[in-house]
Amino acid sequence: MFKKDISTFRGGVHPYEGKELTKDKAIVPVMPRKILYFSLSQHIGAPAKPIVEKGAHVLVGQKIAEAGGFVSAPVYSSVSGVVKGIEKKVAAGGSKVDCIVVENDGTFESVGFSERPDWQKLSKKEIISIIQDAGVVGMGGAGFPTHVKLSPKDPESIDHILVNGSECEPYLTSDYRRMLEEPEKVLGGLRIMLSLFDKAKGVICIEDNKKDCIRKFRQLIMPGDRIEVLELKTKYPQGAERMLIYAATGRQINSSMLPADAGCIVDNIDTVVAVYKAVRLGEPLMHRIVTVTGDAVADPKNFYTPIGMLMSELLEEAGGLKGDAAKIIAGGPMMGNALYTLDVPVMKTTSALTCLTHDEVSAMEPSACINCGRCASVCPGRVIPAKLSVFSEHGDEESFLKYNGMECCECGCCSFICPARRPLTQSIKSMRKVLLAKKKKGA
Amino acid sequence: MNGLLQVSSSPHARGKVTTGNIMGMVLLALTPAACMGIWNFGIRALLIIAITMVSSVLTEYLYEKAMHRTITISDGSAMVTGLLIAMNLPVNVPLWMPVIGAVFAILVVKQLFGGLGQNIMNPALAARCFLLISFPAHMTDFSVSERAASHIVDTVSGATPLAAMKAGEQVNLLSMFLGNTRGTIGETSALALLIGGIFLVCVHVIDLRIPATYIVTELLFALIFGGHGFDLAYLGGHLLGGGLMLGAWFMATDYVTRPITKKGQYLYAVILGLLTGVFRIMGKSAEGVSYAIIFTNLLVPLIERVTVPTAFGKGGKKKA
Repeated sequence: MFKKDISTFRGGVHPYEGKELTKDKAIVPVMPRKILYFSLSQHIGAPAKPIVEKGAHVLVGQKIAEAGGFVSAPVYSSVSGVVKGIEKKVAAGGSKVDCIVVENDGTFESVGFSERPDWQKLSKKEIISIIQDAGVVGMGGAGFPTHVKLSPKDPESIDHILVNGSECEPYLTSDYRRMLEEPEKVLGGLRIMLSLFDKAKGVICIEDNKKDCIRKFRQLIMPGDRIEVLELKTKYPQGAERMLIYAATGRQINSSMLPADAGCIVDNIDTVVAVYKAVRLGEPLMHRIVTVTGDAVADPKNFYTPIGMLMSELLEEAGGLKGDAAKIIAGGPMMGNALYTLDVPVMKTTSALTCLTHDEVSAMEPSACINCGRCASVCPGRVIPAKLSVFSEHGDEESFLKYNGMECCECGCCSFICPARRPLTQSIKSMRKVLLAKKKKGA
Repeated sequence: MNGLLQVSSSPHARGKVTTGNIMGMVLLALTPAACMGIWNFGIRALLIIAITMVSSVLTEYLYEKAMHRTITISDGSAMVTGLLIAMNLPVNVPLWMPVIGAVFAILVVKQLFGGLGQNIMNPALAARCFLLISFPAHMTDFSVSERAASHIVDTVSGATPLAAMKAGEQVNLLSMFLGNTRGTIGETSALALLIGGIFLVCVHVIDLRIPATYIVTELLFALIFGGHGFDLAYLGGHLLGGGLMLGAWFMATDYVTRPITKKGQYLYAVILGLLTGVFRIMGKSAEGVSYAIIFTNLLVPLIERVTVPTAFGKGGKKKA
């Protein structure tokens, strides 16, 4: 209806940002402790297969598990030491996953990485296979293997590579710090990805609450680059893949489509940096940036974290808790998973550890729906959460599908805005899970 | 770490607006019109308001207590219903009538259908219609006290402006706008209702979709079928008279009984406008807002069925 002057989408909410806690904290590296746990399921797709025996000695950057299929990714050790075996550990999602346990010997003996200053000479196929072999997956949270994204059916149709720097999730500043401190690596990774798609232009999408990053990138882009920076409105969930594509290109995709169907490839900031490291520096994915934050943390920080460290150790690095934490979340408050234990290893997809002294969810009991329609007006998927949650509670699959329940992206806006405090997202999620499982079974 | 951690499904953040806030806003928005009613009709109007509000809350409390349900009077919805019933009563009704109205609204229309959010028609309007059918003489007695009569700009017949207009009399539009005319306690002052309505729009409790569409449709209907052509005095009477302002801003926008879909809300408001026009112009009574709204309330499930919104990415070409 209105001509948009700044790119965004329809719907969405403005939760308390909480980014000021760690926004100005430069990324600091943390030293891994004695024992590290490398999950075999750090990505969407088949779990990785361990290729080291118990008792084997491994080095920094050594592959310890190989991909379990095309949609899968290998796992690398971030320390040198001895393999102690395989152990089940609670993952951020709450389920137990197999982890390779490595005892750190503290020497950080490395397999050695060979840089590729002349990566331009590599073929597209070689570049993709390097990325695949480095275990790069979507580090924004979903963990979709990056090489799969980079291998669309029709590479010619890709005209946009979107780098997702919106970081719309409250409290998180890992992408922000990365963009501010290492923008050249982001650009380097994007240049590598652009070399795979001749017709594509790169768009770095950043919310307008991070103007310093926008300025920085605009300065660093070189004349020959097919790269531009797009300023987005600060609104949650601006960084949701479908919303981002819409904001950047005006194209809409639904749940049964892939970004490639809209000519887009979308990757998170940290993922693009991982691509740069894999191709240009020859390093596999072993680290990521984790924001440890929240009002219950003594000294909130952004950590350059070895994958495999425990959340409890990371929290100690941030000075531990001050006072009592009511809720601890792996990720941010909108889409993160509440943890009941900190004995959880950091994975490729772990963006943050948020510790809050007050839990807004349990503070108020859900009451009756008054049909106010706020859930529908904030829903970026343009469905009616109030109705979908009733269908879900009644087990009415037919109506759920008819009212486009599968188009929900589980962003949480409806639960956030609901004046009756109903857990709308939760009930929609559970029905979606049932229906997706059924679909998988049928297919 | 000492205490246990809370674990729940995401999101873990919640907005600030609660059901209680919303009901509070509505009460606040109704205050100007209620004050206008009290100034216009005297202290008895305040008494009626107090009776309906207290009996509404009490009915809800006693019913929930008796049924061993959670007591929900603190959400404020019973107070809103109570106030709205009072706004819809003439000032000289016997004092037992507001009680019957409140009990009917809360017990029969709201609680027996399942409580807040489950009623199929607006409780306050249903109560008004119930009282109108059961006690027509009292409900159409718009006589006022002597004190009030001194400042009310009266029509020749001593009827409400809309009824007078229907009988072919001239009406004073300014007094209808300000509210010193005959009518029910809360419906006479278009100005006070407008202030409340615009307040609700500003605090995002309602939007303009339903009130604007409703009013415009009704006026268009009056323009075409009213038989007066483009007569500003006549159209002004339609706009300011009767319960249109109260209905359009406060009753038709009732969350529970209006469609949740955007397209549905337009359709609902158009139907409201048309029905109000039909009832006012072709019906026997001068009023039509109450019946139009409770009738259209009943169409809401149907309206919602035919106005399921297109999901994001589902527009344009169909994909299997």
